[in-house]
Amino acid sequence: MKTELHIVIDRIKCDGHGLCAELLPELIRLDDWGYPIVAPGPVPEALLPLAQRAVQACPVLALAVTRTERQRKHSG
Amino acid sequence: MTDTVLWYTTRGAGAVSLVLLSAVVVLGVLSTLRFQSASWPRFLTTGLHRNVALIAVVFLALHIVTAVVDPFTHLGWLPAVIPFSSYYRTLWLGLGTVAFDLLIAVVVTSLVRGYIGHTIWRTIHWLAYGSWPIAVIHGLGTGTDAFSAWLLALTVMCVVAVAISIAYRLWAGSPDPLASARGAFRSAAERREER
Amino acid sequence: MSELRVLAGRDLMAGPESLADHVRRLGPLPPSGHGLVETLDRSGVVGRGGAAFPLGAKWRSVAAKSRGSAVVIVNGAEGEPQSRKDRLLMTTRPHLIFDGAFLATRAVHANQVVVLIGEEHEAARAAMARALGDRPEPEARIARIVSAPNRYVAGSSSAAVHLVNTGIGTPTTTPPHPHERGVGGTPTLVQNVESLAHVALIARHGDAWYRSAGRRGASGTLLITIAGAVAGPGVLEIEAGTTVAEAVALAGGTTEPTGAVLIGGYFGAWVDAADAWDLPLDAAALRARGLSLGCGVVGVLPKSSCGVCATARVMRFLATESSAQCGPCFFGLRALADACDRLAERGTNPDDIERLQRWSTEVRGRGACHHPDGAVMFLQSALKTFSAAFASHPAHWRRQPA
Repeated sequence: MKTELHIVIDRIKCDGHGLCAELLPELIRLDDWGYPIVAPGPVPEALLPLAQRAVQACPVLALAVTRTERQRKHSG
Repeated sequence: MTDTVLWYTTRGAGAVSLVLLSAVVVLGVLSTLRFQSASWPRFLTTGLHRNVALIAVVFLALHIVTAVVDPFTHLGWLPAVIPFSSYYRTLWLGLGTVAFDLLIAVVVTSLVRGYIGHTIWRTIHWLAYGSWPIAVIHGLGTGTDAFSAWLLALTVMCVVAVAISIAYRLWAGSPDPLASARGAFRSAAERREER
Repeated sequence: MSELRVLAGRDLMAGPESLADHVRRLGPLPPSGHGLVETLDRSGVVGRGGAAFPLGAKWRSVAAKSRGSAVVIVNGAEGEPQSRKDRLLMTTRPHLIFDGAFLATRAVHANQVVVLIGEEHEAARAAMARALGDRPEPEARIARIVSAPNRYVAGSSSAAVHLVNTGIGTPTTTPPHPHERGVGGTPTLVQNVESLAHVALIARHGDAWYRSAGRRGASGTLLITIAGAVAGPGVLEIEAGTTVAEAVALAGGTTEPTGAVLIGGYFGAWVDAADAWDLPLDAAALRARGLSLGCGVVGVLPKSSCGVCATARVMRFLATESSAQCGPCFFGLRALADACDRLAERGTNPDDIERLQRWSTEVRGRGACHHPDGAVMFLQSALKTFSAAFASHPAHWRRQPA
């Protein structure tokens, strides 16, 4: 069973601190107001340690990395 | 001979702990202020805050252990965690224990932050603002009979640094960009009465 | 067409239909069996709050998780400014709504009914409160009416649950969804009042009867609110699948040449008039065309009104209605509204057009609820439908007639 990693942000908790974009610039950048934009698609396994570090660094625990079964079709 | 070494280690480790913990408080305030510059990213503030706190705990452990095993103080292990339970300098040492207990609560909850959730963690983290001043008073009170100049000077510098950072925080207000808008909307979206 | 169903009965101007008249006209409610959910499945009826989710599937998912203490929220909040249908139903046919609500409680094993009515909708609240008092005691005992604040987002499902739980009508992060964990942590069915009215009739007459109305392959009837440059604006009950042109004709026809039609209210999209007339008013048919029926608002914009200015007004409203819980929505919608205002007042400029495109793509999907998504889709439909006007808008003060 193939699984995929995805970055999930709780948008209400997120206060635009921006540490996630500092620690994971490969996948996260900030918009004009300091809030994170996540690149679409799954997280490459090689970036998992950095992603976990970003999760721990978030001051309000808004960032999470979840593992789900591989999506067969695009969502949304 | 050994007694003197232990005694100096206790005092030295205590002084180092005070400096490190003061730095931790300043870094914590800088963190809420969202301080950053071209060469100082946000994660450096939070990373240092965490790591310096953990180093401080090591020095604090050294400070407590050497104090307990020192035959001069006849302390035993209990006063390390139960405040005001020692015969030796009951009040001042007890304050140190209080500060230590609060700090342990802060550190442990921070290590398991992912499991207890943000709200509980944040509530207990505020205890840090109680722990630090009590630690300062403990340091001034349990100092040896004469206030040595260097320890006094060190304490003053730490207090000034923390005072400046807190004063700035209070003056600058909350940097959360949504705070006031959110509050305004909530009061407009509250239920007025219920049939 | 013109066989009224939910609006059938005595004259709508005559006030709320009493329980006695309601029972005399329609007969008593059949003893609710199991089977109601399957009947709803076969009828193909979908929700009327905006999401158009099949009722059978929705009720089944709540029933599956319910352990006897589920909650039914009767959603009459009607936050869409131009919509009038929910208020009309509550003011004139409250017992249809309550029939549907209590059928729902039995189907999803709920022991509580909470009715949400806008705090400023006095007539609707009076009618529903009186009707609730007339219901049999076992029903009246488990139901209560709660005022919803007059905010656009307060009518969404998670906001409705949050309002009942905490008294504050702001949307929350989902998952968990209301049907999993809602009021008091129990599975909650949030259902629009019009949906419940249809259920009350389907329970009596069956799914084949429901499907006997409808045009161009669609089933059933639905309520729409026609607003703007028509002779008789207001609420109409139409067969699903009725075209915009047919509906506008029922509303007395247009009063002046039409420029564009807004389908689905502020959570919908602008369509150029020439393309709009043949659009069938049915949730599935519109979705197949990339549009949304929403809560059924059809707004007719005359050629004499400026599309850019109308869009700027709506964007300002949507920006102010952000609950300010998520940065991308609060700041993004405000920036979009500011850019629209600049275009409307000072004339077109390529930088603001570029900003509108860029921020629209960036804001979408980055809020906890779908408010920013709806606003962005509305704006993108405006950029497409009024592209010529946006590109050539002159500077003028905003004195355009509405």
